[in-house]
Amino acid sequence: MCFLRGLPAALAAIFVAGAVAADQIGDRDAGEKVFSKCKGCHEVGQGARDRIGPHLNGIFGRAAAAHADYAYSKSMTRAGQDGLVWTIETLDAYIENPRALVSKTRMSFRGVKDPKDRADVLAYLRGFSDNPSDVPEAEPTARATDHDLDPAILALKGDAEYGEYLSSECLTCHQSDGSADGIPSITRWPTDDFVVAMHAYKRKLRPHPVMQMMAERLSDEEIAALAAYFKDLE
Amino acid sequence: MTLNRRVFLGTGAATVASLSAPAVLADGHGRPRVIVIGGGAGGATAARYIAKDSKGAIDVVLIEPSRTYFTCFFSNLYLGGFKEMDDLGHNYGTLAAKYGVNVVHDWAIDVDRDAKTVSLAGGATLPYDKLILSPGIDFVDGAVEGWSLASQNAMPHAYKGGSQTELLKAQVAAMPEGGTFAMVAPPNPYRCPPGPYERVSMIAHTLRATNPTAKIIVADPKPKFSKMALFQEGWANHYQGMVDWIGEDFGGGEVSVDPAAMTVTIDGEATQVDVCNVIPAMKAARIAELAGVTDGNWAPVNAADMSTKADADVYVLGDASQQGDMPKSGFSANSQAKVCANAVRGALTGTKIFPARFSNTCWSLIDADNGVKVGATYEATDEKIAKVDGFISATGENAAVRKATYEESEGWYAGITADMFS
Repeated sequence: MCFLRGLPAALAAIFVAGAVAADQIGDRDAGEKVFSKCKGCHEVGQGARDRIGPHLNGIFGRAAAAHADYAYSKSMTRAGQDGLVWTIETLDAYIENPRALVSKTRMSFRGVKDPKDRADVLAYLRGFSDNPSDVPEAEPTARATDHDLDPAILALKGDAEYGEYLSSECLTCHQSDGSADGIPSITRWPTDDFVVAMHAYKRKLRPHPVMQMMAERLSDEEIAALAAYFKDLE
Repeated sequence: MTLNRRVFLGTGAATVASLSAPAVLADGHGRPRVIVIGGGAGGATAARYIAKDSKGAIDVVLIEPSRTYFTCFFSNLYLGGFKEMDDLGHNYGTLAAKYGVNVVHDWAIDVDRDAKTVSLAGGATLPYDKLILSPGIDFVDGAVEGWSLASQNAMPHAYKGGSQTELLKAQVAAMPEGGTFAMVAPPNPYRCPPGPYERVSMIAHTLRATNPTAKIIVADPKPKFSKMALFQEGWANHYQGMVDWIGEDFGGGEVSVDPAAMTVTIDGEATQVDVCNVIPAMKAARIAELAGVTDGNWAPVNAADMSTKADADVYVLGDASQQGDMPKSGFSANSQAKVCANAVRGALTGTKIFPARFSNTCWSLIDADNGVKVGATYEATDEKIAKVDGFISATGENAAVRKATYEESEGWYAGITADMFS
């Protein structure tokens, strides 16, 4: 961006506008239509208030569960404490599959599967966050990528015996009886939720240094094995 | 729950009574026997996992002198007023009742590796097929000039959980206004690398409320220590002017004490103090030495299964082992115990042995709702347990992150103690 500083302001503005066009994350007008799926619960724009879900003004760059007046789920609050910040990437992953990022979110929404729809709606929401003229310097400069797991990974059948051995590493912190004070419960989860959550840590979409480190060295088969073991743990 | 504990204690006492008779030997019915010496984070976990997973196929004997085990981890939170001593106490009733572990409250006083037997102070001699030593630490004689175990009442180490910790807390409470608390920190390697510095934080937390003009002096033989930047930031921000850390550069390693006069001499300069917490250099607890599996101060082990270099049927877990890169911590011992349990069960009953994987995280409390952590994952190589990946809390983190870290440490305490005792 250095070269811009040497240019007359007006010319720089044209360059910036050009950059916006080139890097635009999606089509805001199309996004407004996609947002109709969200409107039942969320408001955005001037005068937006919290409804079933929190209003979405200023969502970009904000920590999860940071909007003071809204009563978030315990899971969302924990994600915020762990350091989840809403960026183009995390929002994209969240609206693609909410539970991949926040396991027990109260947002009962099955997700937007089409990457273009997600890009469009995020471009729309982006207009209610920072001043859009900041776009080249601000967070969303890259087009979102697809975070959805390869169906082959979700289809892996876990070896519960191996999962039992691997689980011993989890049980130093997570309790086998499902107690959840300070550290969340990981027992009796649907295997898909378990698998997408662990892969979200592995990809560092979910924050939390311990979990990212633990997930980092688990193979796809090992994650499936753990999911299989913990699913039935009484 | 209280009622159950009483019942279990009764059972435990009966077991001990029958121990001096050879009845306990006949109890095996030809099953392979594993003896575990030491009921802490390594030993209790190993006993629990072997008994639980073998479902009765292995006779597990756990030898631990204490009926109530007070964890050394979190004992600093007791010193800081965040925990009661009762919160740190755990018993072995569930291991006996739920998993059939034969819990023997006695001291192991010798190991005969040729005969494969363990001798107990109570007079019994027990044969084993596999022996797991998780005895913790003892102190190196003469490590701090002027200090010996005989002076541990005047100058407590408080580095084994329980009464020593209570003594130290009482001494801090009795300090005169504006008095001086001194700590003699240990050289590497030692149990719980951030422990002395979390302790300084917790003592400072207590003194700030009760005796704000008091001073804390730390004489340290090391040039740096675990989570140093985090602790020093915490001391500067929360306990301004209270903590004086004297590292190696300023003679922190040149220390002698006089327990009768209550003086500490650091680099030739004697200071009168009111409390002196001497944490001497450490070594594997004596039973490891008696078993002949130590080399120098510690017991070298193979990373794949924690078996000793000296004897494939004898394993050493936790603080007493010399394994490579893992810190000596309760978390590490618990992690090593599971690898060992899997290997021992496989060796004795032919179950599948999965590859070793280890991890550790150490949380420390700096002030109320201000927790920090450091952790890593490890793998077994031919030479040692080798670090794979790690992380540490950052300086300047916001209050919400620090509070969440503290709450997480509380969750971990509940988790690991359940993994040992429930």
